[in-house]
Amino acid sequence: MSETATLACREQFATPEQQRETSSIGMWIFLASEIMMFGGLFVAYSVYRLSHPQAFQEASAHMDILLGSINSAILLTSSLSLAFAEHSAQAGSRNLLAIFLIATMLIGLAFLGIKFTEYYEHYQQHEAPGIWFDATGPHASGIQMFFVFYFVMTGLHAIHMIVGLGILFALLLRTMLGTFTAEYHSPILFGGLYWHFVDIIWIFLYAIFYLPGLHK
Amino acid sequence: MIETAVVQTVKKNYLTEKQGILSWLFSTDHKRIAILYTFSITVFFFLGGFFALMMRLELLSPTSWLVSVGTYNKLFTMHGIIMVWFFLIPSIPGTLGNFLIPMMIGAKDLAFPKLNLLSWYIYMLGGLVTVYALFRGGVDTGWTFYTPFSTSYSTTYVISAAVGILIAGFSSIITGLNFIATIHRMRAPGLTWFRLPIFIWSMYASSMILVLATPVLAITLLMVAVERIFQVGIFDPALGGDPVLFQHMFWFYSHPAVYIMVLPGMAVISEIFPAFSRKPLFGYKAVAFSSIAIAVIGFLVWGHHMFVAGESAYSALAFSFLSYCVAVPSAIKVFNWTATMYKGSVSWDTPMLYAIGFVGLFTIGGMTGLFLAALGFDVHVHDTYFVIAHFHYIMVGGTVMAFLGGVHYWWPKVSGKMYPEGIARLSALVVFLGFNLTFFPQFVLGYLGMPRRYAAYPPEFQMLHVLSTAGASILGVGYVLPLCYLIWAWHYGRDAGPNPWRATGLEWKTESPPPTHNFEVTPIVTAEQPYDYEAMKEELQLV
Repeated sequence: MSETATLACREQFATPEQQRETSSIGMWIFLASEIMMFGGLFVAYSVYRLSHPQAFQEASAHMDILLGSINSAILLTSSLSLAFAEHSAQAGSRNLLAIFLIATMLIGLAFLGIKFTEYYEHYQQHEAPGIWFDATGPHASGIQMFFVFYFVMTGLHAIHMIVGLGILFALLLRTMLGTFTAEYHSPILFGGLYWHFVDIIWIFLYAIFYLPGLHK
Repeated sequence: MIETAVVQTVKKNYLTEKQGILSWLFSTDHKRIAILYTFSITVFFFLGGFFALMMRLELLSPTSWLVSVGTYNKLFTMHGIIMVWFFLIPSIPGTLGNFLIPMMIGAKDLAFPKLNLLSWYIYMLGGLVTVYALFRGGVDTGWTFYTPFSTSYSTTYVISAAVGILIAGFSSIITGLNFIATIHRMRAPGLTWFRLPIFIWSMYASSMILVLATPVLAITLLMVAVERIFQVGIFDPALGGDPVLFQHMFWFYSHPAVYIMVLPGMAVISEIFPAFSRKPLFGYKAVAFSSIAIAVIGFLVWGHHMFVAGESAYSALAFSFLSYCVAVPSAIKVFNWTATMYKGSVSWDTPMLYAIGFVGLFTIGGMTGLFLAALGFDVHVHDTYFVIAHFHYIMVGGTVMAFLGGVHYWWPKVSGKMYPEGIARLSALVVFLGFNLTFFPQFVLGYLGMPRRYAAYPPEFQMLHVLSTAGASILGVGYVLPLCYLIWAWHYGRDAGPNPWRATGLEWKTESPPPTHNFEVTPIVTAEQPYDYEAMKEELQLV
């Protein structure tokens, strides 16, 4: 009896399996929509990089490649930690699941901390676009364009990270309440899907903002 | 027998299950959310219609006499914004789609009922932000927000309007996501893809576009807002930006958005034709796949909006060719609908009148779309009333006709009551005549060279403008009439019974209005084809 109680599904579904499959397809469609949203920005970035190649290269040289690389490593580690969390959930180990969720969140916070440090550095060096921007030279407007995309795209990414932290926190609470078992833990997998997706976006952001400056 | 009849009359349906305003505002029942959407889009429709009426009155005279030129700019902008994003796009998906998709596939509800309610709240939030922009003084950029005017020169409330649309976009994405997940995973046992009503196929195709195109609009409007707030030149050529990039990104969404609007209309029409011809839909698979083809090809034609915006001749050529291609699946649908009528026993009830009107007007709208896809002709009529007339034939002559047809067709199911047939037929006729009188003169105006978005014009165009304004007032009457008699019918109409049209489809197999969980027992589908009116005929003869 207790097993059927834990495997109960919402009233619109006939079976827990149907509920899991439906949530899964919903999550994938959501990610497709997210790809299109970031895709619009990647297209606009590409258009301007083609029309201002030197300016983008010059601006990219202003990026802190060390912090960027450390942050990439940090974010990939958070994905690894979350993969361990998913594995613990499958194994039905609630304590390990909670520990790995907390670890993932801490690593995610470290990423955001470094990101905002970088933002502050750009602000101090008058590289933040708009009224704070100050540069002279033939490529000034192209450099500003680079930083517009840098702030918009990594900013949107950071918002996704913050949402992801909220999701992980909700999953942590439900873990503590004992919602998840070896049989029922699909929300962990869907939360993980989102987190890994946000990580993959970062890999592309790292490549387009930090690496062009290395070509000299 | 008498006992069961008594039990049935006291049985609760979705309308009587719970009482009070809060039971509506917090309902996750797809049928109640559909009613919430119906209220909201009706309000927005008449608001947008009011702006249209003001424009038509202004255009009675060649000189600007009623409103100032600046106000006229705001009128056509707000008309476009409200009609496109707050009426047309959510119209059929939010109302009929929400109500019918779970019923047609034999499900208890959509896959994500809470998200469905959330989508209505997000839509209302977007609407409120846009109405706020309106009351603060409006927007004058045109619904297309073309840069650099929208980003650098306009002094009106561009940011709040853009943010309102951006918010409403997330409501579209959630609705589309919900529909796709529902159609994939919530179908009743035995209901395979080729046993689905065409309504479901078309809504599926439309949802695909909602999910994949809307985020691009969101990000484009976000860039416009960022450019205005931070004074950076994303689309400003003086600061290294490219205004044509804005047009590419805007139309990458907004052309497929036309199919977001018209595919649900086609969904409705594909249900009405078989029911009132008493015949299976002709060429079921062709009609089903043509919906998917429209969704796919529709993503590849956006460049035909920029033939005169400095697009290269080669990409113009490719976009022109692809725009011709997208007409093929639309034509397949039109031919199959008319072939469905052939040798059918056609009855001329109101939904059928709207459906036939749809086919006629959509055909004119579609054919003039081919004129506009032709590179040479487009240069002549670009940005004229010819374009205005063309897309109103698709959006108003197509989608609004289909919406009204669908509302009449499923009204007995939604309310449990019949609408008055006589006045309904009359108002369908009024809508058809009023529509043509409004928009046909605009084809002529455009061909003669009357540009769009002007409050004043040379006196020789006055006759055609007066005709158009006269048509608009008739059209307005045609829209107010259904509002009145449908509300009347909700209270005083005669009881419809479960299946007043003797139509096929699972939604007619349950009571009207349906119980909260739609079906007493989950239906099991054994019929090989969805529109089996032959079997229905035998069944009726037996009775």
